[in-house]
Amino acid sequence: MKRKHQRALFVGAGLAVLALATTLVLNSLGQSLNYFLMPTEVLAGEDVPQGTFQLGGLVSDGSFEADDEMGVSFQVEDGSSSLSVVYDQVAHGLLPDLFREGQGVIVEGQWDGSQFVASRVLAKHDENYMPPEVAEGLKEMGEWRGEETP
Amino acid sequence: MIAEIGHFALIIALMLAVAQSMAPLYGAWRRNATLMALCSPLAWGQFLLLGVSFLCLTYLYVVSDFSVQNVFLNSHTQKPLLYKVSGVWGNHEGSILLWALILAFFGAAVAMFGRRLPQTFKARVLGVQALIGVGFLSFSLFTSNPFIRLNPAPLEGQGLNPLLQDPGLAFHPPMLYLGYVGLSIAFSFAIAALLEGRVNALWARWVRPWTLAAWCFLTAGIALGSWWAYFELGWGGWWFWDPVENASLMPWLAATALLHSAIVVEKRETLKSWTVLLAIVAFSLSLLGTFIVRSGVLNSVHAFASDPTRGVYILGFLFVVVGGSLVLYAVRASTLQAGGMFAAVSREGGLVWNNLFLAAATGTVLFGTLFPMLADAFGYKVSVAAPYFNAVFVPLMIPLLLVMAVGPFLAWKRGNIAALPGRIWPAVVLLLVGLGLAIWWQGAAAPLEILGLATGIWLLASVLVELAGRINLFRTSLGGSMKRAVDLPRGAWGMSVAHAGMGLVVIGMAASISWEREVISLKYPGDSSTLGAYEITLQDVALKQGPNYRYHEGTFIVRRDGAVIATLYPEIRNYTDPVTQTTEAAIYPLISGDLYAVIAESGANNIPGEPKRWGVRLYHKPLIGWMWLGAFMMFVGGGLSLSDRRLRVGVAQKAKQAEASV
Repeated sequence: MKRKHQRALFVGAGLAVLALATTLVLNSLGQSLNYFLMPTEVLAGEDVPQGTFQLGGLVSDGSFEADDEMGVSFQVEDGSSSLSVVYDQVAHGLLPDLFREGQGVIVEGQWDGSQFVASRVLAKHDENYMPPEVAEGLKEMGEWRGEETP
Repeated sequence: MIAEIGHFALIIALMLAVAQSMAPLYGAWRRNATLMALCSPLAWGQFLLLGVSFLCLTYLYVVSDFSVQNVFLNSHTQKPLLYKVSGVWGNHEGSILLWALILAFFGAAVAMFGRRLPQTFKARVLGVQALIGVGFLSFSLFTSNPFIRLNPAPLEGQGLNPLLQDPGLAFHPPMLYLGYVGLSIAFSFAIAALLEGRVNALWARWVRPWTLAAWCFLTAGIALGSWWAYFELGWGGWWFWDPVENASLMPWLAATALLHSAIVVEKRETLKSWTVLLAIVAFSLSLLGTFIVRSGVLNSVHAFASDPTRGVYILGFLFVVVGGSLVLYAVRASTLQAGGMFAAVSREGGLVWNNLFLAAATGTVLFGTLFPMLADAFGYKVSVAAPYFNAVFVPLMIPLLLVMAVGPFLAWKRGNIAALPGRIWPAVVLLLVGLGLAIWWQGAAAPLEILGLATGIWLLASVLVELAGRINLFRTSLGGSMKRAVDLPRGAWGMSVAHAGMGLVVIGMAASISWEREVISLKYPGDSSTLGAYEITLQDVALKQGPNYRYHEGTFIVRRDGAVIATLYPEIRNYTDPVTQTTEAAIYPLISGDLYAVIAESGANNIPGEPKRWGVRLYHKPLIGWMWLGAFMMFVGGGLSLSDRRLRVGVAQKAKQAEASV
């Protein structure tokens, strides 16, 4: 084998793996993208994804309710509007430790037209921490009450 | 006073780093031996000063000096000593100081162990190392100074996030940093080689131990982080494809590739420019990892600093380092001589395959991690969910692992593919037996899960067969085999142990995913749940007092066929400073796998006067312990290779002298 052939083999193998990786990426990226919306955007009804997306905001004070079958419901608000979220702990797991009323939250799930059916609840691991998307969304809504970083 | 000493030491360290980044590089260019000779004392000085600075900060934490802002924000008098100390690096400022300290430590290590390096080369390596140091020390001093005083001093600190108060996590950041920063040495060696315009077997022999050490620490750091997530977050998961996890995985993948391509450079003096590029990429990914963790640009569980000036600084620094080194590479890589030839089926061919797939995997993880930032620039708020990573990463790993099993059987330069079946058939037998046993034991699983499991068993089996071949097992007397085993170079043992560890990790992952059993329910004390063959009763929940928290402790009795085999005590901890609730899972390792129990406040409408109901989550995760064992074996395997005499620079130098004198 000549040096030229060896180089061609390298380039060929490299391109083949690249093509494989690109195919895998393109095949799965579309289905794995989660759009992020605030309650106002969902209620406005424009561009609300049919499938799974993420909803962010604050858990409204006094809105948390739990039933006897480990289903929970709560309101997520962004200052101008709020919508109700239901979550089944038996199917999808216990609520995270830092889930609390008045705290920032991101829920992942689907909007059925009247309520948000969550399949995942992400409350972040720090009591002072606000998910960046939520902080930004709240700022846009003029509802940001946190301190600005200096 | 102590804070000022620490602060002052930090400033002088920065000055030394500036001097170290200029004098030796200039000296190497002008061939000025006096200037070049400055590199070692400067590297030592920088390390000692940063050591003093770090000890000062640690002291301030231990004595809870709340007149220092950093201590006030991140510590508390009631905290156990271990977490006072780990609090030093449990925050942004302290962790950057630790970064700089480790960087200086590696610089000093090169100064000490690199006595036999050619003078200009050593000067360049330490000069480049100091340039990185200047970047980090000025970052620390100008944007994240840990020694800023508060006046008046508060009486009590704000505490450390209780989730971080865990032995696994206390050591996770230093391990990870040793890995991240260890790659800086490979980077400095690569840049110095580009400046010299020379890469040869000797270069690879210098780079490999440092990369190997960094790789060991990265492996340990990632495993500790994953272990922490497994039992601290209470979801039973160990990997979430969180941006910060990806940030540690990408340098690991690149370092793994570098480790293997450096072997090809060392043995066969080929793949040189690719190896240099990998060294640059691996460290760039470490910097990117630091950027992702520290800037808070990505929504991540770990993002605890979100000061925009810091983000801009690190982004600028990243741009200079990555951009500068890639430009240098583009200009200089052509000066590296092309090396020897080899056939497609050969040891080199296998290692190229390893590199191609690792590079592709790194690229896809990088793409998925940065995609939200990219989309944000166009006004879309999206996140890339775990299914993307699973769908892309796993198919790229399987071909890698399949060939990883075969590679060690192939000869250098030209492998004999016809002889392969004759050597590898016992591994096929072991694979079939192992897979059959697993399915007989736990039942069928989805095809993809079986494929994952088969890949892991195949890898483990081939390692055993390869090792058996090396020591002539069953072909000579047992004593003869033992003697051969003892005489095997440590590097060979290291490879076998690390590869077998990888096999165990894959088996543990596949088995625990395929055959996991889970029950989530609301229980009164006294109620039982059935989990496979186990009957698990929540006997009682009691309120108790810990060192700096109160906790509810659940008592679960595990029975199998009516006999009590284990008792589990999961906790819900309530910390007061800051007010936080954390879950401590209780894990009972059985030979068949872990039993995992979590309790939670149910929030259900409890009727006054009646016993409270608790949320209960129970898992049985078959063979998950193999994952941690496998990761530990990879760490040990790396260490074994590192202790191989052939890797010692002094030996290499002597070999070269011998070569030259022939």
